[in-house]
Amino acid sequence: MSTATAGGAAAPGRATPAQVKDKKKKSITGTRLWVAGIFLLPALVLLGALVVYPIGYSVYRSLFDASGDGFVGLDNYREMFSDDATMTAIKNNIVWVIVAPSVATALGLIFAVLTERVRWGTAFKLIVFMPMAISMLAAGIIFRLVYEADPDRGVANAVWVSVHDTFNESPPFPGAHPRPDAGMTESSGGAFTTEATAKAGTPLSLPLVAAKRDDVSGAQDAKAAKPEAGKVTGTVWFDFTRGDRGEHNVLDKGEKALADVRIEAVKDGKVVAKTTSRADGTYTLPAKAEGAQLRLPAWNFGEPYNGVDWLGPSLVTPAIIGSYVWIWAGFAMVLIAAGLAGVPRELLEAARMDGANEWQVFRRVTVPLLAPVLSVVVVTLMINVLKIFDLVYIIAPGASQDEANVLALQLYQSSFGTDVNQGLGSAIAVFLLVFVAPVMFFNIRRIRRESRR
Amino acid sequence: MLTSLRRKRGRRSARAALALCSAGALMLTAAGCGTDSGEADSGSPPPVTVKLPNLKGKQLQVTAVWTGTEQKNFTKVLSEFEKRTGAKVSFVPSGDDMAGFVGSKMAGGQPPDVALVGQVGVLREFAQKGWAKPVNDATKAELAKNFSKGWQELGSYKGKQYGVYFKVSNKSLIWYNTSAFAYAGAKEAKTWKEFLAQAQLISDSGTDPVSVGGADGWTLTDWFENVYLSQAGPEKYDLLAQHKIKWTDPSVKQALTTLAELWGAKGLLAGGRSGALQTAFPDSVVKAFSNAAEPDAAMVFEGDFAAANVSDAGAQLGSEAKVFPFPAVGKTAPVVTGGDVAVALKNSEASQALLTFLASPDAAHVWAQAGGFVSANRKLDLSVYPNEPLRKIAKAVIAAGDDFRFDMSDQAPASFGGKPAQGEWKALQDFLKNPKDVEGIQRQLERDAAKAYRN
Repeated sequence: MSTATAGGAAAPGRATPAQVKDKKKKSITGTRLWVAGIFLLPALVLLGALVVYPIGYSVYRSLFDASGDGFVGLDNYREMFSDDATMTAIKNNIVWVIVAPSVATALGLIFAVLTERVRWGTAFKLIVFMPMAISMLAAGIIFRLVYEADPDRGVANAVWVSVHDTFNESPPFPGAHPRPDAGMTESSGGAFTTEATAKAGTPLSLPLVAAKRDDVSGAQDAKAAKPEAGKVTGTVWFDFTRGDRGEHNVLDKGEKALADVRIEAVKDGKVVAKTTSRADGTYTLPAKAEGAQLRLPAWNFGEPYNGVDWLGPSLVTPAIIGSYVWIWAGFAMVLIAAGLAGVPRELLEAARMDGANEWQVFRRVTVPLLAPVLSVVVVTLMINVLKIFDLVYIIAPGASQDEANVLALQLYQSSFGTDVNQGLGSAIAVFLLVFVAPVMFFNIRRIRRESRR
Repeated sequence: MLTSLRRKRGRRSARAALALCSAGALMLTAAGCGTDSGEADSGSPPPVTVKLPNLKGKQLQVTAVWTGTEQKNFTKVLSEFEKRTGAKVSFVPSGDDMAGFVGSKMAGGQPPDVALVGQVGVLREFAQKGWAKPVNDATKAELAKNFSKGWQELGSYKGKQYGVYFKVSNKSLIWYNTSAFAYAGAKEAKTWKEFLAQAQLISDSGTDPVSVGGADGWTLTDWFENVYLSQAGPEKYDLLAQHKIKWTDPSVKQALTTLAELWGAKGLLAGGRSGALQTAFPDSVVKAFSNAAEPDAAMVFEGDFAAANVSDAGAQLGSEAKVFPFPAVGKTAPVVTGGDVAVALKNSEASQALLTFLASPDAAHVWAQAGGFVSANRKLDLSVYPNEPLRKIAKAVIAAGDDFRFDMSDQAPASFGGKPAQGEWKALQDFLKNPKDVEGIQRQLERDAAKAYRN
């Protein structure tokens, strides 16, 4: 509307402000003010009812208690700032408003500049822009699955774990341990040490239970170790038969061998010999181990690496910001690419002629020329990010929703349901408005400046 | 928030019905499982134990949250009523927000004649507003004959009887994988001590014994409620539910300490504590039943609605998946329940007659043999249930007599007992994270409870 009237004002005879002032009763287009008023009325009524009234009512409502009857002054605001959940929300909102728009814009800029130079640029742009076609809700559900903790289901952890496991050997029997009466004691850190000392020629058995069925199912049957003169021998096996029918701590027929278990012989706190169990569960230690205690180091029983807890308390906000960037980087890229198309080629050529390398061209010429576009993108994203709700609501699991809290979510939580305080909710809404105001102000000023240009 | 929660539970129970129903069909006993052959009722005709007035030409409108199979089965109950009285009964699904639906109809001056309400709080609200009408003497007599006092009281408000608990659910069940139990040589546990011992045995056998869906706070509140009810007794349970004793009470401490014997033990929770915290309830069931022959976990605790998830996971109810009552922590095993209560919103002969009918074993018989239904009616012959798990669930409900209790968190204000990342849900998740910090959690619970109950 503002552009229409501006255009109308400019077209007929270029009326200067001085001329307009002369004809006081008439507006710039020559219509009477009351006529203009009538035409404006529907818009004013709609804006008033749908925008101004709700804002005013929220401010008013924020001064009353939960029932809406008792005036409480600024108590709701005080409660808001003394509430941990709201404070986390404010903190997170600040993180969001700084990180999300800048990362999305930076990525958009990189994509835009690079796609200009590759042959399949348009196809690439199309792909990067595609997440914009997905609703926030659907994107939230997608990322909830991506960040799933179980590496068998979450893509993020599947990648992470497979990279990790390429470089690290994973423990053979997570969670396994001897029975309490098996003659082994647990030392700090989860290692198990035999109470008896090893004697050459007498096999020392190491029965374990609670190895996962998956880890054991393919194993050979355990064999009793043969005594060997001058050597310490024994068997490590899974001391459990179907239905718990076997005798405890005795190698029964059909019990499975535990292969690849690390065994150390410890004398006076020092490791004198070590080995790993064979496929049939037996092990052999040299004569040095005579008189030592045998220790099964904690490594054998450690949990397998399960990747990163993306949606845990510490990473949940960055993880959700990541999903936001996935959606909005495409938007930033398209706008910046459009701006880039308008950058005069000759300036870039001139810079190159003057001996600037590509990085300098980008840094000193392209980015400054793009500055107006970049600020549009950043400001748009900032406004968008301040009201972020859906992604957080969907992605954050219940246990870490507190840590992922943002203002819009807190507003919703405290306003809607059966047992709520809409006064507090209104106070949060007012605060959110105040929060957005500077960004809006900046945006409006920029639009004005541009329309003047 | 509460609506969405309710929706979740509603949907769950709807699926539970479907699953139980299909499971029943596989066991060759169920009749008319909501398939096209729904009319071919091969089950026995219901007994006639209650005298109903002749209501020829009368119209009745009934509302409940049920849709799908549940609606179909409930309609069978209603047509039996039509057959006996000659009244015309129409069923209107209310959607998930029963209070909102009835409220809007009330405002319009045209409420349904009878509503089946899922929350005890909503029933009280209806009674308080004068929307619900007290039952007549015939219904009262029928209730006295067929229901234990506890169920009658749960349907009353300020000394007047308003409701008939037609359909109930039992939230004190341990579902277990039979092959994991057989492999470990484990047995159904009767006491908490036995339960822990069996869990250790299963753990030794190489299967994680207990799968906890800790990502959903409500499963944790149900754990606590069962332990607390059995250990501290029904009187204390009621006091705590109304926040008349504090959460810092020694009885709460004892219950949390007991719970920590399981939650804090090494190797007893599937995936460990952090794994449990990241597992949503449906996934916790999947862990125990998706690979029925060699599962990741052996047991899951939850109410009868878990049957739906068990079937979704692909396990056969009654053969691969079985159920036993929550073990007794104190003297008796706990029975924590939920249920749908029928109330009259118009005081007419026809609506009163329908309540009388719903209070009789005749009505319960119709739905019970279709499956997906548990009744607290003592006079209902247990043999009509289509399969063993359902029969066991129903038996436990009736055997509890008056010692059952309604889900505590469902009685609490929503901000304490019904919202993710808040109140009891959050506190118990923190407790699962760190089961050593009993007193810290008690203080956190008390602080949140005091705020929610405003006292």
